Amino acid sequence: MGATIIEKIIRNNTGLEKAVANDIVTVNVDRVMIHDIFIPFVADKFEEMGFKKLWDPDKVVLIYDHLVPASQVDDTRHFKAGNEFVKKYGLNNIHRADGICHQLMTEAGYVKPGDVVFGTDSHTTTYGCVGAFSSGIGYTEMASILGTGEMWVKVPETIKVTINGVLPNNVTSKDIILKLIGDLGADGATYKALEFAGDTVENMSIASRMTIANMAIEAGAKCALFTPDYKTEEYCEISLNDMQRDLVGDDDAVYNKELTYRAEDFVPVVACPSQVDNIKPVSELSDISIDQVFIGSCTNGRLEDLQKAAAVLKGKKVAPFVKLIVTPASTKIYRQASEDGTLSVLLEAGAIVTHPGCGLCCGRTGGILTDKERVVATNNRNFLGRMGTSKVEIFLASPITAAASAIAGKIVNYDKSINIW
Amino acid sequence: MNDTFSGKIWVLDDDIDTDIIIPTEYLALKSVEDMKKYAFSPLRKELAGQIRQGDIIVAGKNFGCGSSREQAPEIIKALGIKCIIAKSFARIFYRNSINNGLLLIENKQLHDDAVEGDIIDVEVNNAVYYNGREYKISSLPQNLVDIIEAGGLVKAMRRRNGLD
Repeated sequence: MGATIIEKIIRNNTGLEKAVANDIVTVNVDRVMIHDIFIPFVADKFEEMGFKKLWDPDKVVLIYDHLVPASQVDDTRHFKAGNEFVKKYGLNNIHRADGICHQLMTEAGYVKPGDVVFGTDSHTTTYGCVGAFSSGIGYTEMASILGTGEMWVKVPETIKVTINGVLPNNVTSKDIILKLIGDLGADGATYKALEFAGDTVENMSIASRMTIANMAIEAGAKCALFTPDYKTEEYCEISLNDMQRDLVGDDDAVYNKELTYRAEDFVPVVACPSQVDNIKPVSELSDISIDQVFIGSCTNGRLEDLQKAAAVLKGKKVAPFVKLIVTPASTKIYRQASEDGTLSVLLEAGAIVTHPGCGLCCGRTGGILTDKERVVATNNRNFLGRMGTSKVEIFLASPITAAASAIAGKIVNYDKSINIW
Repeated sequence: MNDTFSGKIWVLDDDIDTDIIIPTEYLALKSVEDMKKYAFSPLRKELAGQIRQGDIIVAGKNFGCGSSREQAPEIIKALGIKCIIAKSFARIFYRNSINNGLLLIENKQLHDDAVEGDIIDVEVNNAVYYNGREYKISSLPQNLVDIIEAGGLVKAMRRRNGLD
């Protein structure tokens, strides 16, 4: 009997050659990520549990991103708690102002194909873009991993999604994952793995795969998985070994469900307030005026996202009553976008370019909205109260749709070609 | 786990997400006690003040979807909620609840029949009784029972480290 990608990763990790979906197994953790919001709680639980040392300091990564730079005095308490933990237990991998945790975990080389990774954030599913099993957990479980290096998991069943063909020019991987969440529902993949295949996926950049893996959790998924390939090798700066090269779903693997799409059938879509599975084609929305546009986050704050937005905005101006906020996902991306002229185009169009970090996505800083205001945003959640008051309307979209809407002052479908210099 | 109890129910809909349970802006408050008065505030501002010790939440599908914030089950527990009975739970919320000793029960039918303010009877690992009707519930896997019986993951780890 063949195996799914997640079954192969877990078999390799545990040495259990027959592990299959729904078995409860204990995995050996390859890497963990803790961010600034939860480090004080992780530290407290770790000590309350009675641990004296970390199971492996090199496998622990601490990233300050949600609260950087601090917008409230109380935020600084989190940095103090983090710094004390670093000093006391000898952490080596710490990022205090380099960008969003999920961007840095892959960008800085902490995650490799086939790894088992946990993070104190639901969007930890992102690292499936390079073929790692990565998932979010709470701070109590994180504390127990820090002491033991182990975690129990139920091997998830897998939903296989195959996409073949060439995407229309104005469609991005964001439109694909939004459409999929709409089709599955916000709980359609709960407890399950999403496995992606097909030539459309093979032709995607790692950045585009990241957008899809990032939002897998919005359908409830435990993880998302892409087969590692030459692009993964280049991105991770590695040569794939035999185990990593074998991370492909077998033809005779058992799937919970198999979905097949034609790339040509996708259109630009938005997730309307206030559920991520409330998906509508952009072309079906008319005269929805907007107050703000946000382009950034661990979903869509990468160089290709900023370049696509800039291609739409080049030579144009943001509507006078709209604020366009652009937040690069990391310092590296910020620098690249500065060097290749992307930021100049955005600034000339009237964008406010902020420091890298989680920023507005988690509603703590840089563009909070109020009652009855509408925002088109490229991040991953449109829940009530996420970006300000509970009466803010959040529409989730691709960077292309977001940029076009910023110019129009209302939600519009971009139907021209995108030319990135 | 053989436990029987009764409680007044609060009825919530599908997809009650973690930003509804506790908005991000309150996550940097110092303690769960400081945060709990804001529980469910985007949806029902008055609810946190109305919940009493021993009450039960009955909800639709996908309860606890969204972020990994563990304050969500901690706050619900701190408000005095004895258990949540929902059509289904989001994965991370489910794990976090077990690790904090908050009992979760899945039942597909109860939410459709439940009227807020009514009293229900719960027999853990067997059934829920309401309006003269029995709603069967499944029993928990053993590894989760072990954690709950230890009093949560912290206590299970303290035991492992020879502290309790």
